[in-house]
Amino acid sequence: METTTNNSNFKSEEYFINMGPQHPATHGVLRLLLTIDGEIIKKVEPDLGYIHRSIEKMCERDSYQQIVHLTDRMDYLSSHINNEAVCLTVENALQIEVPDRVKVIRTIIGELTRIASHCLWWGVMGMDVGALTTYFYGFRDREMINDIFEETCGARLTMNYNIPGGLMFDIHPNFVKRVKDFIAHFKTKLPEYDTLLTGNVIFQKRTKGVGILTKEDAISFGASGPVGRASGYSCDVRKHHPYSALDRVTFNEALKTEGDTFARYQVRIQEMWESLSIIEQLIDNIPEGDYKVATNAVIKLPKGEYYQKVETARGELGVYIISTGTKNPYRVKFRSPGFSNLSLLSHIAVGGKIGDLVATMATLDIVVPDIDR
Amino acid sequence: MNHISLSITKNIHNWLFSIMPEGAASITEMVLIALVYLAIFAVAGLYLVLLERKVAAWFQLRLGPNRVGFKGLLQTMADALKLVSKELTGTDRADKFLYNLAPYFVIISSLMALAVFPFTKEFQAFDINIGIFFLIAISSIGVIGILLGGWSSNNKFALIGAMRSGVQTISYELSVGLSLLTMVLITGSLQLSEIVEVQKNGWLIVQGHIPAVIAFMIYMIAGTAETNRAPFDMVEAESELGAGFHTEYSGMKFAYFFLAEFINMFIIASIATTIFFGGWLSPFGVTESIPVLGVFWFLGKTLLIVFLMMWFRWTFPRLRIDQLLTLEWKYLLPLNLLNIVLMALIVWLNLTIQF
Amino acid sequence: MSYFSDIYKGIKTLLTGMSVTGKYFLNSRKGAITQQYPDNRDSLKMFDRFRGEVVMPHDENNEHRCTGCQKCELACPNGSIEIIWDRKVDPETGKKKKMIEKHIYHLGMCTMCGLCIEACPTDAIKWAQNFENSVYDRSYLTRVLNKPGSRLKPGVEE
Ligand code: SF4
Ligand code: SF4
Repeated sequence: METTTNNSNFKSEEYFINMGPQHPATHGVLRLLLTIDGEIIKKVEPDLGYIHRSIEKMCERDSYQQIVHLTDRMDYLSSHINNEAVCLTVENALQIEVPDRVKVIRTIIGELTRIASHCLWWGVMGMDVGALTTYFYGFRDREMINDIFEETCGARLTMNYNIPGGLMFDIHPNFVKRVKDFIAHFKTKLPEYDTLLTGNVIFQKRTKGVGILTKEDAISFGASGPVGRASGYSCDVRKHHPYSALDRVTFNEALKTEGDTFARYQVRIQEMWESLSIIEQLIDNIPEGDYKVATNAVIKLPKGEYYQKVETARGELGVYIISTGTKNPYRVKFRSPGFSNLSLLSHIAVGGKIGDLVATMATLDIVVPDIDR
Repeated sequence: MNHISLSITKNIHNWLFSIMPEGAASITEMVLIALVYLAIFAVAGLYLVLLERKVAAWFQLRLGPNRVGFKGLLQTMADALKLVSKELTGTDRADKFLYNLAPYFVIISSLMALAVFPFTKEFQAFDINIGIFFLIAISSIGVIGILLGGWSSNNKFALIGAMRSGVQTISYELSVGLSLLTMVLITGSLQLSEIVEVQKNGWLIVQGHIPAVIAFMIYMIAGTAETNRAPFDMVEAESELGAGFHTEYSGMKFAYFFLAEFINMFIIASIATTIFFGGWLSPFGVTESIPVLGVFWFLGKTLLIVFLMMWFRWTFPRLRIDQLLTLEWKYLLPLNLLNIVLMALIVWLNLTIQF
Repeated sequence: MSYFSDIYKGIKTLLTGMSVTGKYFLNSRKGAITQQYPDNRDSLKMFDRFRGEVVMPHDENNEHRCTGCQKCELACPNGSIEIIWDRKVDPETGKKKKMIEKHIYHLGMCTMCGLCIEACPTDAIKWAQNFENSVYDRSYLTRVLNKPGSRLKPGVEE
């Protein structure tokens, strides 16, 4: 594959290009410094920090209720799951047992969030490899989920529906019906995703055998989520450390062993099916009960360190809180999935073409605010 | 024979020759024709852009432009007006001369190709006897403009785009040429009016049956690649290179590139119409007695093929540069060569279907 | 031979893909998901929980329910709410008590988190469903929620 001619007449020279911070394939303000030989990538250096907002530092200023809404702004495509992570941490620290109803609702909305995120990812993935139409089909389905969110939580993206101790308010009376409508709709549309893009010979050629990540590398780079699972690394937090209502549903962990771009693609498609089945198992029997337990107006965590991990649409999100017993945390650290997944890029994209880099980036499914925080 | 538009052109022709010496008259005539073509196809190009946007919208569950003019019919006109009024920016240390020259190369070469099409009987600006050869030759000049534009604008993304374009056009030229050559085996002539004449006994895609269908498929693939459209839009792959070779162009110069792309698409479709689908001939000769309707048939068939190309574009993902070359050199070219042999056999054994 | 079957399979997948988009093309009349926004203003209705901006409802006697307890101000993560209050003599009871002068809400700083509304013990503030919040000058985004001359609705405090 590599042809570096070194005779005196022709000398191939490596050059450097700047992909981003404003580039359509970097999905936000991420800058990639590429060293390229012709079309072949020799080196990739991600350059971060363009939208760093110091969310972790802001958390030290805020009360525990206020932290929750900041996490909306990290990985905004799985905002509900981020909120849930913080709330779970605080609830565990306070040793509150939230009602069953809360657990089930949290899980349903969490899985809806995952589907919405994957829908968007699917659209953008198609767009990155050049099939622009997928974008609109993906958004059509995501729109239905966003409507469900808007009706119940009041916001489409940064929902802030969780509070420590439960939910901000009860689900909307239409919620169950709408979710069922969505499931029925999506079950007809998801196979279309496959006929339109997955089966397409060009798409398969573009993605198979591209950006291969071995299981060992996946583990040592700390890959998580669909990226890790596509390499055969069983890392689904929902399976291994179930939280909320995830221990009462049965689902399969989407696992592939190829570790290439196509495997990552398939894992996400399969995850959408699994999420649908999780929602189906829960939606018919949402237990009655309170939607929150009362907490003190000023929450003070006992002195100590607390950690909780959840599975967002991108992978494992860890929330680490050190408390000194005051109403503000002493230190908050988020272990964001996007950051460690992005660190893989300089490893797996080298040796590929520019087009491969774009396809690989698309299946890493990075959200830049999640990386920069 | 004596239909209206033809008699008008004849009258103008006679009138010009009566008031001027012969040389001056033919030059004036040429200029007039050129201006008419320029005006018609600039507008046609704009409407192709509109068509593309509408078709794309309908594929994508959208509505498309519908605000400017009646149902958005003036949208692209307004866009063109906006582009004309925009500032022409350029990069530092760009090769100014080549940078400014490039758009004209592209647009002129695509407009020139239009001259040879017989839109209907005797409605043809330039009935050259090497028609197809001329088309293939002229359509490969456009790539020089793209290369120049990408190289001279002093931008690495543009340069990569231009280099890709060079590779792509040189490769696919071959397939376009060979697939047309397959058909020339039946017609025995390169002259386009002659080719249409031959098809009075059945369109070539019917006459040449199997090899003609294969040739048509190869032609469509290679033709799409020639126009740098998706799924072969390596040149301006927006998710990879931003805008590719025309990243640094703005205003009217950008519009030239843009328009050229659409006119090229029209040309590719026109060639397919003329060679495979009988040009301006109506199906089963239903309107043979009224040659003006030939324009209608010609445009109808051309737009159908244009629609097909749009359908490709809005469905398929883009190929990678090496796969693009694999497709050409490992699949299209050998198939094409086989196909020529097959066609030669069929013509030799007189197995063509004639009505 | 796999060479030719590859070609055949490849073309088949391409055609199935085209059938999907083709189907949508034919149904484009009813399938369009576009909302023609400024035109459909009249029929556009936001969900009743939609978070547009924080407002303070007043009844017909120009009375609101805000006691000036400042819980919303404390709950707000980014200082979007400022309450200016004073101890005044209540004309009815003759006792001095805390009353708001101005309940200032900075829409430009609000992240629509809803914590203030959660925190308010008397349900004095709630969400409005309007969403066309853009203005030409930043200062318009600073709003005083209690209307001039308004007063606390009797009986809220108990
Ligand atoms: S919604 Fe949140 S940010 Fe806005 S004023 Fe209320 S507490 Fe503050
Ligand atoms: S709005 Fe509610 S929370 Fe805020 S000061 Fe008034 S009564 Fe207290």
